[in-house]
Amino acid sequence: MRWLAQLRIRAEMLFRRRTAAARLDDELSFHLERQIAENAAAGMSAEEARYAALRAFGNPALLREEAYATWSWTWLELLLRDVYYGIRTLKRTPGFAAIAILVMALGIGANVALFTIVRGVLLKPLPFADPDRLVRLYEQSSDGNFPFNDNAGGIFAEWKKQSRSFADLALCGYAGYNLSGSGEQLPESVRAATFSWNLLPTLGVQPALGRNFTADDDKQSGNPTVLLSWGLWKRRFGGDPSILNHTILLDAKPHTVVGVMPAWFAYPEAAIQLWTPTYYEKSKSEVEAIDDHAFRVIGRLKPGVTSAQAAAELALITRRIHDQHLDDPFVSIGANIKPLLESLVGDVKTPLYVLLAATGCVLLIACLNVANLLVARAAARRKELGIRMALGGGRMRLMRQHLMESLLLSAAGGALGFLLAYGAIQWVVSMRRDMARVEAIQIDWVVAAFSIALIVLCAAFSGLISSLSARSGQLLSSLQESSRSHSAGQARVRLRAALLALEVGLTVVLLIGAGLLLKSYARLRSNQLGCVTQNVLKMDLQLPQARYKQLPQVVNFFETLLTRVRNLNGVEAAGLVFPMVPGDGYGGDNGFVIQEHPPLPQGTVQYALHRWADPGYFAAIGIPILRGHTFDDNQRPGHATQVVITDAFARRYFPGEDPIGKHLRTEGNRPYEIVGVAGDTRITVGEPFKPMMYFALYAGEDMNGASLVVRSSGDVTLFSMPIQRIVANLDRDLPVSDVLTMDQVIGRNTLDASFDATLLLVFAGLSLVLAAVGLFGVLSYIVAQRTSEIGIRIALGAQREQVLRLMLLDGLRPALIGLALGLAASWATAGMIESMLYGTRPLDPAVFASVAATLLLVAALACAVPAWRASRLDPMQALRTE
Amino acid sequence: MGKPNDLVQGTLDLLILKTISLEPMHGWAIAKRIQQVSGEVLQVQQGSLYPALHRLEQQGWIKAKWAESETGRQAKFYTLTAAGRGQLDSETANWNRLSAAIDLVVTEA
Repeated sequence: MRWLAQLRIRAEMLFRRRTAAARLDDELSFHLERQIAENAAAGMSAEEARYAALRAFGNPALLREEAYATWSWTWLELLLRDVYYGIRTLKRTPGFAAIAILVMALGIGANVALFTIVRGVLLKPLPFADPDRLVRLYEQSSDGNFPFNDNAGGIFAEWKKQSRSFADLALCGYAGYNLSGSGEQLPESVRAATFSWNLLPTLGVQPALGRNFTADDDKQSGNPTVLLSWGLWKRRFGGDPSILNHTILLDAKPHTVVGVMPAWFAYPEAAIQLWTPTYYEKSKSEVEAIDDHAFRVIGRLKPGVTSAQAAAELALITRRIHDQHLDDPFVSIGANIKPLLESLVGDVKTPLYVLLAATGCVLLIACLNVANLLVARAAARRKELGIRMALGGGRMRLMRQHLMESLLLSAAGGALGFLLAYGAIQWVVSMRRDMARVEAIQIDWVVAAFSIALIVLCAAFSGLISSLSARSGQLLSSLQESSRSHSAGQARVRLRAALLALEVGLTVVLLIGAGLLLKSYARLRSNQLGCVTQNVLKMDLQLPQARYKQLPQVVNFFETLLTRVRNLNGVEAAGLVFPMVPGDGYGGDNGFVIQEHPPLPQGTVQYALHRWADPGYFAAIGIPILRGHTFDDNQRPGHATQVVITDAFARRYFPGEDPIGKHLRTEGNRPYEIVGVAGDTRITVGEPFKPMMYFALYAGEDMNGASLVVRSSGDVTLFSMPIQRIVANLDRDLPVSDVLTMDQVIGRNTLDASFDATLLLVFAGLSLVLAAVGLFGVLSYIVAQRTSEIGIRIALGAQREQVLRLMLLDGLRPALIGLALGLAASWATAGMIESMLYGTRPLDPAVFASVAATLLLVAALACAVPAWRASRLDPMQALRTE
Repeated sequence: MGKPNDLVQGTLDLLILKTISLEPMHGWAIAKRIQQVSGEVLQVQQGSLYPALHRLEQQGWIKAKWAESETGRQAKFYTLTAAGRGQLDSETANWNRLSAAIDLVVTEA
């Protein structure tokens, strides 16, 4: 029962501490009374008896302290006392406390937010079974330009048959469907992926409802089936489980819903709404081709097999296939492997780590600033500390109190920062739905632990720096020194100057990083796409093959649509292009040979990006025809004979030659006559111009989708609804998707750059303000310290300009040292963000120079006020202040 | 001057436990009793007595109760708990073993 007694007494000591203290006093005074009584009985006088007893008793305060020390919870009491004391001292200077807390909140908040994102996106393992063994397999193109190319179905089949390294290999493809509406619902265009039936088992994932595809579903002769995403099921089907085994219309073709995936499942990306079986949905020729890189292969390594071994095995198999098909230069020559996680988030890794490093710098600056403020305060409280030390305050005790103050500051800052981080994460997640693994970003206990660790770290850092400056010897001497001091605490001033230099240096690094990204972004945005981008609207249409079986039907639809759109009042031009408008991505390429040229040496490749367009497209989007003309009206189904090439194509493949009238042969081996040379356009902003060839959309063989491009003189978005009404009139079951202006298309494709540049600029601006505040504070302090010295100087005849210069130099010295440090550090580290830059060198002299100028200007402004104040001192007043 | 009546380190707890094993006592009486029984050899300093009493109480060997003392004033009386009785036994045994051993060394040598 001893533990019970201990528990009881612990509870008593915890909750009735005051009573216990009173009782101890009572107990001790009883002892004293008895001693006095005994002494009196022994014949002493009353006074004598009392003194003798007190002498025997010793120091009652010490005795009490020693008895206290045996009680439990004493540590807690001391802690609470420190907290209480800390709060009281902070309350005495609310301005200081508020600034310090705010600074900490910004620093900690930014770090917690970035850490949460980095952890969610980069560090958390994929939510699949044994994710470390999951890999993404790539083909290596024979010309070596694409070491991480997508996969061809035929190569995959050979890998699967011959390789021994994998527990399983699965195939994933891309798809898009028109999901027909039922009842009131509008039709909708959905993004989809195709999975081979063994893909989910390879990942180790089960549908939340229903079943996965079977091997029988996943072949040409199977029945059409579909797996729904949780989001689509909830949104479109009201989360009704009876949808299982019912059919939905995809591209006007009934598909049986066999299952619903769990809400967290997002492969290959979060935007995918449904999945269909690869081998049923894709044509036989597509899944068997060995040179059509249209799929992604996912594998699960067997236990004990390294990914290097597996890659070597696949490379060997691929090489063998390549050597058997030397006539086809598009058959890959090797294979490469990446961990599945890496393949998903590889692109965002560098920017995220750069941003994390930036927030780390901001936090360091925040800590330095708070440390600086604490040092200043310690200076102001020098006498108080000296007195406490003289009265016997233990050094550890004083240090603990010091740390407690900074802990209070950073805890309050951390709590506020955590709220800021929460808001920031919500914002990022809603802003960047496009980011890989955005669904995995969550605040969880690891993030909470990280925040607490940050708080403790910041408290220790800023507290230790300032308490180290309060060395005991110095403190005691300060009692004498400060009785009449002119340059008191030189060491402390030097410490603050060093902290400031560090702070300025970090700020310079951040400013240069932000400057480089901004310049790169500006370059990117001023990069011309090669077409008109103002007042141009685009929207995507996909005609379901099930209803538009005949090509003339498709052509008829498109022609009617274009005629009606062009007739809208205010529309200047309209055209059609497939698969995408300039600036919106790659869109595929094709090999070709030039009929009039000698045959290519074996193994050499000639390819160009491909697009399909109606004759009016070039005029509609403002791509100039440099030579020749656009397609003739006779380019109809079954009569595809013309091609338009771009300037880059002509320069690359027809140097010093007139391409007009020459012929291209593509895979089908049909000759196309070059009828025109069009101006170049970029596939995305920032990419160089690449050779491109346009085929006639109306003559395309299985062309049943296109982007409609509309140009007007005024606000083009006004036409969005009228055009959609025209489409609905033509086919009320046809959804229109991705309705965007060209400016929005560019914005979407430069979102990364603008996002990174904006965030880094915010961080850099923040640290610039902090550094300026620090400079101002230090110089003000120095001026205050040297008031009487300056007074004497002026009284002895120093010119005010001289004083001004003296004080300015004093304040600017740490800024100059920091600037030098920061420039050197940036010089060394700027290379790390090279991959994020476009058209800007990491050591861009203009950026370095303008950052240096900005910093000097801000530093000079921050120092000017205290320096000016010093030069305006009234010497009589100054001398009297002591 | 040395301190001949200083207690052997760690034996104060044993003395206190032994003293109050007979009846509940307050601090002053405990000090007096130890002094008397030891023939005035052992002088318990207040500076050691009260911290020791509080420590024993925190550990649950003894418990305290406020009651009226012989002078009519309220005083804090300490009693041995059941656990304290066990502790007293083991400390006594320990002491016997130790003192016998010391005795052996001192007399034989």
